[in-house]
Amino acid sequence: MSDTHAQTVAYVRDTMLDPKPAPANQSGAIQWLRENLFSGWLNTLLTVLGILAIYGFVSHFYGWFLHGVWNANSLAECRQIITDQYGQGATGACWGVIRDRWHQFIFGFYPPELYWRPILTFLLLFVAVGPVLFQWVPKKLIWFTPAYPFLAVWLLWGGSVWGPVLVALGFVLAYVVFNFVSRFGTIGGFAAGAIFAILFWLFGVSPLAEMLHAAIPLGIEPVESAKFGGFLLAITLGAGGIAMSLPLGVILALGRQSDMFLIRTFSVIFIEFIRGVPLITLLFVASLLLNYFLPPGTNFDIILRVMILVTMFAAAYIAEVIRGGLAALPRGQYEAADALGLDYWKAQRLIILPQALKISIPGIVSTFIGMFKDTTLVAFVGLFDPLKGIPDFIRADFAWKGIYWEPFIFVGAIFFILNFAMSRYSMYLENRLKRDHR
Amino acid sequence: MTEPHFDAQIDRSHMTVSDEVAIQIENMNKWYGQFHVLRDIDLTVQRGERIVIAGPSGSGKSTLIRCINRLEEHQAGKIVVDGIELTNDLKNIDKIRREVGMVFQHFNLFPHLTILENLTLAPIWVRKTPKKEAIETAMHFLEKVKIPDQAQKYPGQLSGGQQQRVAIARSLCMKPRIMLFDEPTSALDPEMIKEVLDTMIELAEEGMTMLCVTHEMGFAQAVANRVIFMADGQIVEQNNPHDFFNNPQSERTKQFLSQILGH
Ligand SMILES: Nc1ncnc2c1ncn2[C@@H]1O[C@H](COP(=O)(O)OP(=O)(O)OP(=O)(O)O)[C@@H](O)[C@H]1O
Ligand SMILES: [Mg+2]
Repeated sequence: MSDTHAQTVAYVRDTMLDPKPAPANQSGAIQWLRENLFSGWLNTLLTVLGILAIYGFVSHFYGWFLHGVWNANSLAECRQIITDQYGQGATGACWGVIRDRWHQFIFGFYPPELYWRPILTFLLLFVAVGPVLFQWVPKKLIWFTPAYPFLAVWLLWGGSVWGPVLVALGFVLAYVVFNFVSRFGTIGGFAAGAIFAILFWLFGVSPLAEMLHAAIPLGIEPVESAKFGGFLLAITLGAGGIAMSLPLGVILALGRQSDMFLIRTFSVIFIEFIRGVPLITLLFVASLLLNYFLPPGTNFDIILRVMILVTMFAAAYIAEVIRGGLAALPRGQYEAADALGLDYWKAQRLIILPQALKISIPGIVSTFIGMFKDTTLVAFVGLFDPLKGIPDFIRADFAWKGIYWEPFIFVGAIFFILNFAMSRYSMYLENRLKRDHR
Repeated sequence: MTEPHFDAQIDRSHMTVSDEVAIQIENMNKWYGQFHVLRDIDLTVQRGERIVIAGPSGSGKSTLIRCINRLEEHQAGKIVVDGIELTNDLKNIDKIRREVGMVFQHFNLFPHLTILENLTLAPIWVRKTPKKEAIETAMHFLEKVKIPDQAQKYPGQLSGGQQQRVAIARSLCMKPRIMLFDEPTSALDPEMIKEVLDTMIELAEEGMTMLCVTHEMGFAQAVANRVIFMADGQIVEQNNPHDFFNNPQSERTKQFLSQILGH
């Protein structure tokens, strides 16, 4: 090697390297087992204990599941069939109760000849939420979404069409008032619109509905709230609560951050009070106390009352979840919005909330799931929820006296399916938004 | 000495300063709680002026320019922008913010919107420009900052320099008459600084009124017609760039220059 060569540049590459494939993955079932279940003595011990626990559980219950009886009309008949088939002392599930009473689990005491109404309402629910939840649903369908709640109320409770129409009209009027007054200030616009709407609903709706009904009697057979039960009740409360608690939660979260003392104080008190009190207390308030405060003779539906309190309950939690999302946004986002001349409401709507809500999705959906499950607590105010109200009622029948596990498992499974669907949707949404924004 | 990140040929033909006053600040004071952050600031900016504000960290440079579009509120004195006095009147604040564009150190693009949506948002919602027109304007300014092909991407997909150029374009879409820059290149890698400075030079050449907080002394020498030196919340010295750099008067300025220019 010559001196000159050694003195020149330290190193120069003259040929570039071609990319090579990555080393073949060490895969296979054995490899996976070793890495995941038996990687060390602690891991191995836990695996063995886990297997033992699963074995104990399965060996205890599989007979019960395996001996399940579908075709029976009473618990006694079930037991007879199991004894006949599997011998003395064999246990088995009696799914006959589900076959016999499924309609009560689903519809409560809704008149069977009108089952098509809740079914149609449920199907239309998907049409209404489709354009909100999924991008591939035609956006034109969105006009149906705001109309759906009124249609659903009418279909479920029946009666004159004018009641729901006038309540919807209240919203339209509130919007008109808001639009007019908000020229002098957005908050004032909100207040004026809300007060106007409430007055209209309290004093305008029923006389007007009667007049209109006298003139044009359009209606379907009414079904009273006492007839609601089972999943019809749970889903009505859950869907209503979800739809109303999100906007209320957003307003409370913004209120809590507001510069205006009164609004901030009100929001804080509302949130802390509602979160500090057990839901059952609120439900008792709904069922008992409100009766004292409302003017006598007003017929304020028990389901509506419960729905309002469930909504307030969920909204308080959602407000806190969203507050976390708001706090996670860098201050620069607010400053950029300000510097561009966006006012408070536009900045919130276009810049701040879309980002804060995106961060808050997991927390919001958790709250929804919790709330949906909590709708079963309405059993305590005498409504027929699917988990306690309906099974208690069924057990009151001599034929099914003493049946416990089967209703719980059936109702629990349906709750699981619905909640799991919500959970998966939230993950799908998170992923979609992540892909969009990155 | 900090390297000038651009070519020396700058077209000064449009960089004329008119008699018209763009910003008038009189005896302005600001406190953060008990901390007197801006003290007796007097500053008049003519239309078409390019002012560079320099000074040590914590001297109140950012606070000063953020008072001009009311990101910060001043407690005493007077600020008049484009003939409109800044008071608590929200209408005046809105009017001023429409006329004043601002570029931040950390870009502050909206990460959930595409580049094009970032640019059209304010024109559509604040200026009520028809959407089609807003898109045309946005594309025009994206071409100006030389990244029209990124219109459909999201900010997170762009490099820092590209993001800052988008931020400049976003401000320009509001057709502002005054632009404020708060250390627009401080968060950028050296090779990206030039592309952002080039964009700013182009703006200056078109006659934009600019107030720029920056440590890019090369930029100051080439583009500014006035350099303001701040320390402890006060304007300590102001002069044209040539005299400011070659013949500083106050001790603070000399000390600062020797530090920043590395002598
Ligand atoms: N929101 C605030 N509350 C209290 N003090 C603040 C606030 N913002 C800034 N300050 C203080 O005011 C002083 C001036 O801050 P400013 O950001 O204007 O300085 P600067 O000159 O821009 O500094 P830099 O070069 O580091 O950006 C600093 O001492 C800072 O700590
Ligand atoms: Mg600063």
